[in-house]
Amino acid sequence: MTAAAAPALKMQRRSLYPGWFYLPAAVVYSVLFLAPTFASLYFSLTRWTLFDATFIGFDNFAQFFREPFLIQGLVNTVIYAVVTSGLKVVIGMALAVMLTSQIMARGYLRSVIFFPVLVSTIGVGMTFTVLMHPTQGMINQALALFGIAGPGWLVDPKLALFSVALVDVWKGVGLATVIYIAGLVAIPKDYYEAARIDGATRLQNFIYVTLPLSRPATATVITLSFIGGLRTFDLIWAMTKGGPGFASDTVASVIYKQYQAGFYGLSTAGNVVLFILIAVLVVPLTMFLNRKQGHE
Amino acid sequence: MRSRGSIIGGVAAIAATFVVFVIPFLFIILMAFKDKQQSALRDFSWPNGFHLWDNLYEVVKTRNWMMITAFINSSLITVVSVTLLIVLAAMVGFVLARRKTRWNGLIEFLILAGLMIPPAVVPTIWLLQGLKLFGTLHGMILIQVAYNLPFSIILYRAFIATIPRELDEAAVIDGARPLDVFFRIILPLLWPVTVTNIVVQSVGIFNDFTNPLYYLPGNQNATVQLTLYNFQSQFSTAYNLLFTNIMLITIPPLIVFMFFNRQIVAGMTAGAVKG
Repeated sequence: MTAAAAPALKMQRRSLYPGWFYLPAAVVYSVLFLAPTFASLYFSLTRWTLFDATFIGFDNFAQFFREPFLIQGLVNTVIYAVVTSGLKVVIGMALAVMLTSQIMARGYLRSVIFFPVLVSTIGVGMTFTVLMHPTQGMINQALALFGIAGPGWLVDPKLALFSVALVDVWKGVGLATVIYIAGLVAIPKDYYEAARIDGATRLQNFIYVTLPLSRPATATVITLSFIGGLRTFDLIWAMTKGGPGFASDTVASVIYKQYQAGFYGLSTAGNVVLFILIAVLVVPLTMFLNRKQGHE
Repeated sequence: MRSRGSIIGGVAAIAATFVVFVIPFLFIILMAFKDKQQSALRDFSWPNGFHLWDNLYEVVKTRNWMMITAFINSSLITVVSVTLLIVLAAMVGFVLARRKTRWNGLIEFLILAGLMIPPAVVPTIWLLQGLKLFGTLHGMILIQVAYNLPFSIILYRAFIATIPRELDEAAVIDGARPLDVFFRIILPLLWPVTVTNIVVQSVGIFNDFTNPLYYLPGNQNATVQLTLYNFQSQFSTAYNLLFTNIMLITIPPLIVFMFFNRQIVAGMTAGAVKG
């Protein structure tokens, strides 16, 4: 390449990869996502009717940490995210190990476990609301056949949030499973070969080979389901609407309720709280999960 | 060659997944075949007669044929927003993968932010009202594009990084104009990841409940997910109709799943291996 050709090629590269390709996406994203996000920082500090906003400082946030039902929503959100992502990691991993072994009917198993991921969340929520009815629900009727008195899944305030979380796991574990399968399949066979020569048992195989080497998959599953759990709204809305009382309210359902009630400033403050909650919990979590290990 | 233990394990796995994952769907189907009295019992029993057609007709014509409107609205939103998403995300992914500038860091930060940050609902409504887009299908479409761009861009960027850069330069030497390089050389090569994008995003947008609930109020704007609330009232729920409705809106994802199983899994597990 001659010296004169270099700038010409650079020019050409510039038009080959034109900066204006960013433009349409950037406009849509900035106007409809970024602008409202920045606006929310201001409006969360106001009493707001959509037509005029009165600046009231941190009153909305103070209310968020004073009203017991709002605090409960905050606590519930974290519990829900921890429970669902924890269960999805454990069950997803177990199912993936099973599905990558020499098991019969692998195609059937994989499809059946994955399909709920694609089904309408509201549809799933309404179906399980019927199945979980304390007396007429199929789950408790089936338990009664074994002489077990089933609990009041969605009507018991202590249990409602966990019941919804269980349905979330039912619907979402297929995604965790296929992510784990992709991770497990990518582990080079040499490691298992070496472990076999060293006389490792199946349990040792799992603990010393599978578990550490599927770490990227674990990081993906935890991050995805944790963020999803913190933001969850539709399943809770379809099953309990936050009830009984406020027992299964999450920040996202509080945001909707305050919006419906016309407390737009408070609703927006809820959005900011959720945003901060996600930032405070998820950023350190992903940094911890993706940290480089010593030998890498 | 299979040991007895593994056969027992296999049968146990099939039985367990059948109870946990298949029976709820069978329950939905059985309910859709029942009449109102029998469905009110909400048990797992064989239908007393064949009422599927009656139920379907009833579901479709409820509230002035709302189901038809809803299917049209949902299909329109899904098709248009996925088309826009694909073109916009491929353009961004292409330049982002090819051109390294000091802006790349910022753009990647914005993409991650878009995946994590929950949208600020009321300010968005306020803004849409100002733009005269609130409660319109165009507004809903643009919202879906804005919210789903980050995921599509990530899929495209990862794929474009695997296409050798020399291809672009060879095309230029052969006389392709700069825009042709993208639209006639690169875009067709992206077909596999485009299919993945179409499938994953369509299912997500078709199933979306929260965003239409906030940004698309009004009966004439109903989407399919909202029709599920037609048969629920505090005093009496027509369970046969509710479950017929659930079955009806499960069919599109089922069809997608049967034909594009591999692409869906590929799209949803992207990034699991590399991390």
